[in-house]
Amino acid sequence: MLNILEERKKQVLTSGNDLVDMACGKQSAAGSVSQRACVFCGSRVVLYPIADALHLIHGPIGCAAYTWDIRGSLSSGPQLHRLSFSTDLQEKDVVFGGEPKLYVALCELIDEYEPEAAFVYSTCIVGVIGDDVDAVCARVSKEKGIKVLPINSEGFSGSKKDGYKVACNALDKIVGTGNETMQSEYSINILGDFNLAGELWMLEKYYRRMGIEVIASLTGDGRIDKIAHAHHAKLNLVQCSGSIMHLARSMEEKYGIPTKKVSYFGIEDMSEALYEVARFFESDDMMQKARELVRDELNKLMPALEGYKAALTGKKAAIYVGGAFKAISLVKALRLIGVKTVVVGSQTGNVDDYNLLQKLCDDGTYIVDDSNPVELSYMVQQTGADIFIGGVKERPIAYKIGIGFCDHNHERKLALAGYDGMLNFAKEVYASAMSPVWKFIRK
Amino acid sequence: MKQYISTRNACKLCTPLGACLAYKGIEGCVPVIHGSQGCATYIRRYMISHFREPVDIASSNFDESATIFGGKENCHKAINNVVAQYKPKILAVTTTCLSETIGDDVQQFMNEYIQHSKLEKLPVFVAASTPSYQGSHADGFHQAVLAAVSGLSKKKTQGVHVNIFPGMFSPADLRYIKDVFNAFGVGYIMLPDYSETLDGSSWEEYKHIPDGGTTLAEIEGTGDAKVSLQFGKVFNKAGKTGGKSIQTAATLLHDKFGIEEKTLPWPLGVEACDQFFAQVSSISGGEVPLAFRAERGRLIDAYADGHKYIFGKKAVIYGEEDLVIAFYRFLSEIGMDVSIVASGGKSGMLKTAIAEIAGNRPMPLVMDDTDFEDIASAASGRGIDILIGHSKGYYISRKLGVPLVRIGFPVHDRLGGQRIRHIGYEGTNELFERIVNAVIEGAQNKSEIGYKYM
Repeated sequence: MLNILEERKKQVLTSGNDLVDMACGKQSAAGSVSQRACVFCGSRVVLYPIADALHLIHGPIGCAAYTWDIRGSLSSGPQLHRLSFSTDLQEKDVVFGGEPKLYVALCELIDEYEPEAAFVYSTCIVGVIGDDVDAVCARVSKEKGIKVLPINSEGFSGSKKDGYKVACNALDKIVGTGNETMQSEYSINILGDFNLAGELWMLEKYYRRMGIEVIASLTGDGRIDKIAHAHHAKLNLVQCSGSIMHLARSMEEKYGIPTKKVSYFGIEDMSEALYEVARFFESDDMMQKARELVRDELNKLMPALEGYKAALTGKKAAIYVGGAFKAISLVKALRLIGVKTVVVGSQTGNVDDYNLLQKLCDDGTYIVDDSNPVELSYMVQQTGADIFIGGVKERPIAYKIGIGFCDHNHERKLALAGYDGMLNFAKEVYASAMSPVWKFIRK
Repeated sequence: MKQYISTRNACKLCTPLGACLAYKGIEGCVPVIHGSQGCATYIRRYMISHFREPVDIASSNFDESATIFGGKENCHKAINNVVAQYKPKILAVTTTCLSETIGDDVQQFMNEYIQHSKLEKLPVFVAASTPSYQGSHADGFHQAVLAAVSGLSKKKTQGVHVNIFPGMFSPADLRYIKDVFNAFGVGYIMLPDYSETLDGSSWEEYKHIPDGGTTLAEIEGTGDAKVSLQFGKVFNKAGKTGGKSIQTAATLLHDKFGIEEKTLPWPLGVEACDQFFAQVSSISGGEVPLAFRAERGRLIDAYADGHKYIFGKKAVIYGEEDLVIAFYRFLSEIGMDVSIVASGGKSGMLKTAIAEIAGNRPMPLVMDDTDFEDIASAASGRGIDILIGHSKGYYISRKLGVPLVRIGFPVHDRLGGQRIRHIGYEGTNELFERIVNAVIEGAQNKSEIGYKYM
């Protein structure tokens, strides 16, 4: 029987009934073994790919150690983001305050690595011991002549989503500070792509082919200077809306840059992400180019997908990912290769996302918010799922009981966005779902 | 070398991680981290990537109000929910920097929970104080073992069994120790024992708590043992400071129940293994079983076959203090030239421990309280031939263009980290061959000829 904790009863739905609003967006229940992390994690994932910035984590060592080189976010230049810096607070710092250590650490690291900016992440105890991180940052910024931005990401101060917001506020302070003037009729920013396995570069290629200039990417392959000039773009494309919509809204208000929500996963959503931009710029020529691009790509892709689809048709998938917007794309992408979604959930989805999922999914599909191993393991077994799409924390749930697994989290090394990504995705699902090894586990 | 006040690419992890690892070796136990949600999730992710097993760890999930008014309510809620979902036999709490800084008394929280609980069957509670600003994961590991023994051990009768308190060994290592005791016919209680919980078989049906681990009765029974064996030197001595006494589980049992306490080096290398087998043999009163004598023979034979490939090769060894001490001894025994011994731990005991083993040999560079960037600068220009340590040092081996032999925890970039062997004659043999072969492979790849015999 499905064992749902009392306080989580309204976070587990099944599609096919009347539309019910998911009771999402709340703090995880203590002891529920949520798959979520914390505020710090939310901030860290958003800012992580900015490759020419110093990321200094202020606190005891754990938070820095567990986020060292953790994402597959690629940089075309500097690799500073792949180092892990910590003030490594000790007992005496906790007693007497961590400010002096933070000051020295910041100065020595800025001298050594000459970053374009520095982010100082406050972890749990920093707020408690009363360090004035803002003051230290302001002082160092003045002395070193670069932006030093405090990220108030104490783990307990909300959920991962609140951490996104904190990161967006920091980005907001950088946007608009670039002095160069830029005049490009067709220019966009790409928000919420983190250049996992070079996915951003693929998207840039698509948009360039349509005659569009990408001013800044926030934050995949990110650079401080480009972000500082992001206010010159005519349009913000937002993927992974949960993580970065807050910044897009602020840029709408401040600079009048409109926002379009897109997804680059699966054929339908990827193509729509191109058409949407062409429609926005009201350019027939651009639309024509987008259509050509889609046609060319599909001509290559569709025949390549056929074999996978034939083999996978009738298979069932469980999806549990960070954001629900990605989950929506995944349901569609899986459908394209004949795979039916029987469980779908996310850590941080919102009511609209979940409503869309309820409409999109076949009747009887489990839809869950902020789930945990006890629930997920039950659901995949009860529905007889053949493959689990998730992250490292979900992987053993699948493998232990002989179910395939596809990593769709930020650690992955394989591009899954765009048309090439769709093919990679099909291959990944196929390689795991069709493996002969499962016969030794599943009777 | 320039001194940095910041830590750049840490060569250590936080204290609660070590505690969770130890707790995973208790049967029917769910670890609970009393702190923010992220601690549990990060630690789970870190351990899952190494062990490739489910690692469920609950969090009391602090919010603003818990931070201001104390985490009691969250702690109690977490216990309720863990009981509802997992029905654990033992619920083991580990504290964090946050809950320790605000002064939460977890032991008191649990006492109150027990007092007011309406549950028919309560789990047994264990609590370890493990703020991450004191020591590292190695300290957390031993603190958790100490907490379990200190809270649960009882003296009922005088037994004849042996308490085994291993170091941060792999599941394969733990299985080896059990094999040895079984072969000698000596009764034992090993704590922790995650040989099955973190390296188990596949399941027909998903299990919320994996099988295996030291049982509650066994932990209680540590109080009846004849002797306690512990492996290492440093244990949790970098952890508690500020005048508080530092104990291991074995010391506690000695002080409390008068159980004899024996401290052995990690049984790695012929000499250290001999010491271990002699100890078990003396406890049992019997001879070392033939199978192990044969293992020893094969190991020495392998030493002879491979000695020349690695003689004088310059090695860097890094990891927990007890691990690097054991490996320094082993690498010296086989004729390697250990250039750098490095650890993120800072008990202050490392240099002396290495000097004791070094004897008349020249001392290596001993770096404690260090990080990977410092190790990288120290290693460059020294003509290093090989790195030995966990997977986080890979980037240095890549920079230096020398092989890395992966050992210890974590191994995040290869399969089978949970089955790497670090102890015993056979484990030593396996390591010896891996090191020799890494050197040979390097030479073979570099040779223009591509020799078929090496």
